[in-house]
Amino acid sequence: MKKILTTPLSDEDIRDLHIGDVVYLTGRLVTCRDVAHRRLIELKRSLPVDLDRLAILHAGPIVRPLPDDRFEMVSIGPTTSMRMEKFEREFIRQTGVKMIIGKGGMGPETVAGCQEFTAVHAVFPGGCAVLAATQVEEIEGAEWRDLGMPETLWINRVKAFGPLIISIDSHGNNLFADNKATYNERKIPIVERISEQVRFIS
Amino acid sequence: MDTVSVKPSPAETLTDVMARFTAYIGKRLPNDVSDKLAQLRAKETKALAKTVYDSMAENQEAAKRLNRPSCQDTGIIQYFIKAGAKFPLLGELEDILRDATLAATKAGPLRHNAVETFDEKNTGTNTGRSIPWLDWEIVPDDDGATIDVYMAGGGCTLPGAAKVLMPGEGYEGVTKFVFDVITSYGVNACPPLLVGVGVSSSAEMAARLSKKAILREVGSHNANPNAAKMETLLEDGLNEIGIGPQGLSGNSSVMGVNIENSARHPSTIGVAVSTGCWAHRRGRIRINADLSYDILSHKDAVL
Ligand code: SF4
Repeated sequence: MKKILTTPLSDEDIRDLHIGDVVYLTGRLVTCRDVAHRRLIELKRSLPVDLDRLAILHAGPIVRPLPDDRFEMVSIGPTTSMRMEKFEREFIRQTGVKMIIGKGGMGPETVAGCQEFTAVHAVFPGGCAVLAATQVEEIEGAEWRDLGMPETLWINRVKAFGPLIISIDSHGNNLFADNKATYNERKIPIVERISEQVRFIS
Repeated sequence: MDTVSVKPSPAETLTDVMARFTAYIGKRLPNDVSDKLAQLRAKETKALAKTVYDSMAENQEAAKRLNRPSCQDTGIIQYFIKAGAKFPLLGELEDILRDATLAATKAGPLRHNAVETFDEKNTGTNTGRSIPWLDWEIVPDDDGATIDVYMAGGGCTLPGAAKVLMPGEGYEGVTKFVFDVITSYGVNACPPLLVGVGVSSSAEMAARLSKKAILREVGSHNANPNAAKMETLLEDGLNEIGIGPQGLSGNSSVMGVNIENSARHPSTIGVAVSTGCWAHRRGRIRINADLSYDILSHKDAVL
């Protein structure tokens, strides 16, 4: 059965999650990427959306404008989360956001932030932008539109948004860091074995 | 009143075909790639990896149903042309492909991905200096043209690397280079990847061949027996690492490894790696002299 979390997320919801868990999200999900992070942390501007206990998505969507200042989500795939690594710990502290969704892993600063302020990082499968768009029920608002379509903070009401794979939990674990260590370890004997079979220069 | 029907010029006809083909490949994966993904999905035993493969399949279904580009990153547009020296529109082809990119950008719609370097401005049209990127090969006794269209997304372009090795490092050095690139940078490039390896003389020669390699069909082999053996060794070895879809670990890492090669200087081995992501959006079309065409990469495609 699908495990579905609903916003606002409680600390208890978050503490229950461990790396490798698969969950789905229902409620409010706000897109937030490079410039929004920089404005809050470096330029010290306050965010136009209250993210307390909500979830953010590192993504730059394709949105189709509809009449009466409404919008339709066409395509919303996750972007590489690592670009936000240098801001995320402070971002979690200031906003109270509970779930950060993106692509690929994040680093030790985010791990520290997730542990200190009880939050998680999760990945949505990269390249699955249309699937994600079909899980957006409605775009409820758009803030900081001066940033252009990809960087605007799109406020989405989502239903069973996922799969979301927990990559950093609130207990100090980092799935991608663990995996990378495993891959590098496995690599050494394999390269040696292949090397013996490709001595074409002799 | 008489109606005057203006027949489109040959250049207009071909522009229209190429625009529609370019937009089309952003929505449907080529047969070899979707077959391979279906195979990997069926063989996968890890629950997490299965979930990801399921999402990929659902996404491609949704892209088809809603007629939308399957990934939001529709890349930098590249055309790899094998043109007959007697192809009637040879001289016009460059303009035709640029116009086709402009039209596909509107019709797709394709994301605006062409940023002028140094000016650092997005042109908003997917065209710019040398973009779309054209790669030419001229075939002497031919009056048609075969064109590969490729959408080079950001994530799958990032791992690209080239290096010139000393011959003492041998094919052992080539092996290490490929593994280092894939384990360091492959994880974020949306695996399972199609890995292209160029083995040549200098950096740019190897780099071009590595890109040509990922235009070759998944599962095809280099004609040289040693190169073909190395393709299989690298493929099996990378799969043993078990990077899995999206780097979340699984039974495989790659859709395959394709090697393209040339002769080299006695003192150098040029090696390069290019990667295609699971959403490896490329298409091959054969244009005949009378401008009729056959789509070779996607059976049953209707433009
Ligand atoms: S790597 Fe490929 S599938 Fe992943 S986001 Fe980029 S273009 Fe899309």
